[in-house]
Amino acid sequence: MEQDPPRFRDQGETALSVEFGDTVDPAIHARVLALDAALQIDPPAGLRETTPTYRALFVRYEPLEIDRTALVEEISARVADAALTAGGGRRRWTIPCCYDPAYAEDIVEAAQALGLAVDALARGHAGADYRAYMYGFAPGWCYLGGLPDALALPRRLTPRGATPPGAILIGGGLSLVGANPMPTGWYVVGRTPEKLFELRRQPHFLITPGDAIRFEPLDAASFAAFESRAAQGETLARCEPL
Amino acid sequence: MRAELLVHAAGPGVTIQDAGRFGYGRFGVTPAGPMDLAAFTTATGAVGAAAAIEVSVGGLTLESVDVPLAIAIAGGGFDIRLDGKSLPPACLLALSPGATLTIRAGGWGAWCYLAFGGRFDLPPTLGSLATHARSGLGPAPLAAGDRLTLVDPAPSPEAACALQASWLASDAAAIRVMPGPQDDYFSPEAIARFLDSGWRLGARSDRMAYALEGAAIAHARGHDIVSDGAAMGAIQIPGSGAPFVLMADRQPTGGYPKIATVIGADFGRLAQKRPGETIHFRATTYEAAVSARRALFAALAQGPKKTPLMGDMSTEALLAGNLVGGVISATDEPTR
Repeated sequence: MEQDPPRFRDQGETALSVEFGDTVDPAIHARVLALDAALQIDPPAGLRETTPTYRALFVRYEPLEIDRTALVEEISARVADAALTAGGGRRRWTIPCCYDPAYAEDIVEAAQALGLAVDALARGHAGADYRAYMYGFAPGWCYLGGLPDALALPRRLTPRGATPPGAILIGGGLSLVGANPMPTGWYVVGRTPEKLFELRRQPHFLITPGDAIRFEPLDAASFAAFESRAAQGETLARCEPL
Repeated sequence: MRAELLVHAAGPGVTIQDAGRFGYGRFGVTPAGPMDLAAFTTATGAVGAAAAIEVSVGGLTLESVDVPLAIAIAGGGFDIRLDGKSLPPACLLALSPGATLTIRAGGWGAWCYLAFGGRFDLPPTLGSLATHARSGLGPAPLAAGDRLTLVDPAPSPEAACALQASWLASDAAAIRVMPGPQDDYFSPEAIARFLDSGWRLGARSDRMAYALEGAAIAHARGHDIVSDGAAMGAIQIPGSGAPFVLMADRQPTGGYPKIATVIGADFGRLAQKRPGETIHFRATTYEAAVSARRALFAALAQGPKKTPLMGDMSTEALLAGNLVGGVISATDEPTR
């Protein structure tokens, strides 16, 4: 299938945004990840770092080592190759998530705002298939697409206080996993005992952009036991190839 | 061998920084690193250090507990004192045990770097010592009573000297920006107004973002974009129309249109502005930005000019020697 070439937008003289579209869309995201993989396997001289986002690959480079024109040519050549390899090697994480209001601090408030029962919100969230699109905002905060329309809720006008560790959030039509505590405008509708970001573990970050995600309900009575298993280094989330 | 530093006082926002925590942007990790790379490089380069203390206008007072240490200072026009005696705002000298070094906000500038011969005995986080206070990565901001250990402290320099360089001088010239990446979200008139206006640096400016106050900039096609990566120096325009410049501690991604991006060679100059100061921007091209970058990096590789500081380091003597105020260009002959 013939695909449109990406659009190159400058962010100063040291970064390019390589845009494949304007929307949150798995097909656009797959092209972003395919280019990211191609650049990681065979990086042009002067390339410093790539950061995949929903619809664009952010490319940081050193212009004293590679000229913009040469870099655009290198990237364009890889876009042509990457079209062939897009979509391979995906995997799915199943992550335990407690929806009990004792842990899901904002689930009652979010359910009221959505006009749903708390149980219906929890069932809806746990019943969906998500795609990890990108990290942003803070270390280990990963944005997920695939939230059911019935759970789409605008972000708060003013942020709530720091989230608990392992917060599972909704807001702006998306879901989000927030590894470490941060103030946010999103709603905490669940909490996982899993350590999604752990400096003492390799890999430090469990989820990779492009991964499929499911949440498995965990009752409040079991949370503490799961949490101590995670603290001892056990990975609670299950990973399977797709 | 090890040496200990004792912090007597540290204002808010005094942190340890190295070049930055790079390579983890894909996991939401901000590089952090110095606000003024040229001043940081001057200080660290003078003593062969990889990291430095970044001093805010909040100031810093410390002493070396046991051994004389080589120290280098560079940044804005800060007020530097050794046991009460004035030093030039950029200098290389020995810090004797028991002597008190005080760095306070001076005539201009927002950030000053203090580097030591030797390396900090601190564990790197994701390969870096840079403090990113918001996410808790890296060492905690410094506070009174902190003790910092240096490993392999370097011997003190043979002679104290002032460091002089064009990039350490106060400079009111317009900050150069490259348009984009989302300049198509603004009308040509809005872009012209952004470039033609004087912007007042807001009080809520910090290592994360510099807030600009002035006439609001209207969007031509809405103020939300699907988030993409954000470079240091990107100028976002949120719904309020009040621009903010993404600084060293920025979020790695952003969801507001970015009208323009500050070029690397001018970023440190912008960083040195204080709240209340007026900032002007000027559009430039990729070619001019790279040329300015090449010139700055070449000058940094050559290093600052070193002028010996003789016995009398009083303010009067330094003023007579034209060493205070950062008004000297790198090419001036010493006048002492």
